[in-house]
Amino acid sequence: MSGHSNDNVSSEELWGGGRSPYGISYGKMYMWFFLVSDALTFSGLLTAYGFSRAASEDAWPIGEQVFRALPGLEGQYPLVYVALMTFILIVSSVTMVLAVEAGHRNDKRGVVRWMLATIIGGVFFLGSQAWEWSHFIHGGGGSFLLATEVTITADNGKEYVLPVGEPIFMDHHFGEIAEAYSNGDASVNLHEHHGHVTLTQFGEHTHEAELHQLTIHKYIEDEQVITGDDIYTLWEARSESFTFGANMHENEYATQQSYANFFFFITGFHGFHVFSGVVINFIIFIMAYRGVFERRKHYEMVEKVGLYWHFIDLVWVFVFTFYYLI
Amino acid sequence: MERDDLIVNDSYPLNAHHSEEEGVKIRKNIIFVTVLLTAITAVEVAMGVIFKRSETFSWEMIKWTFVTLTLVKAGYIVMSFMHLGEERSVMKKTVLIPYLIFIVYLVFIAITEGFAHLYNLTNFH
Repeated sequence: MSGHSNDNVSSEELWGGGRSPYGISYGKMYMWFFLVSDALTFSGLLTAYGFSRAASEDAWPIGEQVFRALPGLEGQYPLVYVALMTFILIVSSVTMVLAVEAGHRNDKRGVVRWMLATIIGGVFFLGSQAWEWSHFIHGGGGSFLLATEVTITADNGKEYVLPVGEPIFMDHHFGEIAEAYSNGDASVNLHEHHGHVTLTQFGEHTHEAELHQLTIHKYIEDEQVITGDDIYTLWEARSESFTFGANMHENEYATQQSYANFFFFITGFHGFHVFSGVVINFIIFIMAYRGVFERRKHYEMVEKVGLYWHFIDLVWVFVFTFYYLI
Repeated sequence: MERDDLIVNDSYPLNAHHSEEEGVKIRKNIIFVTVLLTAITAVEVAMGVIFKRSETFSWEMIKWTFVTLTLVKAGYIVMSFMHLGEERSVMKKTVLIPYLIFIVYLVFIAITEGFAHLYNLTNFH
């Protein structure tokens, strides 16, 4: 839409001063320059992620194994939730571009309506990300590391040699009480009897969990559920170190910490952009509603915040590919 | 409101207006891009779920397909949603060329060094 009035000007006159050779206002140009620098920041982060992953000796968890839960549902839905988040962001980008289009027609009602839709989309995305973080931080059932080398035969008949330091994953119910037990909760009691491991948590409502299954190679390609006598063999070989969920120091998804830290940093930094984008969109929404742009006779501010909002969508497209898919 | 940030000549139209009929055409294009972006995302997710990483050769190909599809999506967002396609070509170049030079260089260096680091770790100790 911009710059057409420069089309028939000779380049000498165009660059001779007094007019904008770029054919856009300084506000939009500096939004673009800011976005280029911000894009360099995100590219730096994603490249650092790629470097760490390429250089990592330890197993790197894969997206479709880690992110496969949906709120309120049992079962496994790999990548469905994050695809939904992507869709929400794309749709809110569309409503934003419709707001810009309405602005070009000086259609105040249209701008206000589409800006509101964009803000709602942004809030939905932020809520989804909060759930995603919460799920990532709480994790599955937690894991412990092996203190000695163990050889087991899995249910599929394949023999696995598990080295010292290999993480073994507990099931969800057992892991919950195991977390309290390993934190020194005095009301939790551990029984080992005839190859069975039982945790009992006494209190107002007594909880009991038996170790029914362990998982090896969880969150990576060759995931195997272990049942039967091998459970006890693995449990006996455990070291003192238990990990539950993820924080800034340890995580149950991988034996290295880079994976979790990059998750927190990249999606957190992106989420902060979404948050500030929602705030800025809200300010522009109020201004449009109060008729500031109507009096100004143009809706260029909507275009400028629109650029920022599309940029957020753009970054998410790359985060989605490089963090979740590859 | 008096503003001092506006160049008062025909350098650029702040009030870049278009008519009702043009609006219909533009909205049609927006819907097309939306459907395309959603379809590409759906294809990517389906590929991520279906294909396994254990088959190294095909996974390499799938990885590059992901990258290509992502660049297509990015292109549509930047050129269509952000209207960079409609800006003057000098503006396009100012935004894209410095960024691309830095990023292609950075990605190449970082990934090459990353694998070299892993190679050294696994071969020389």
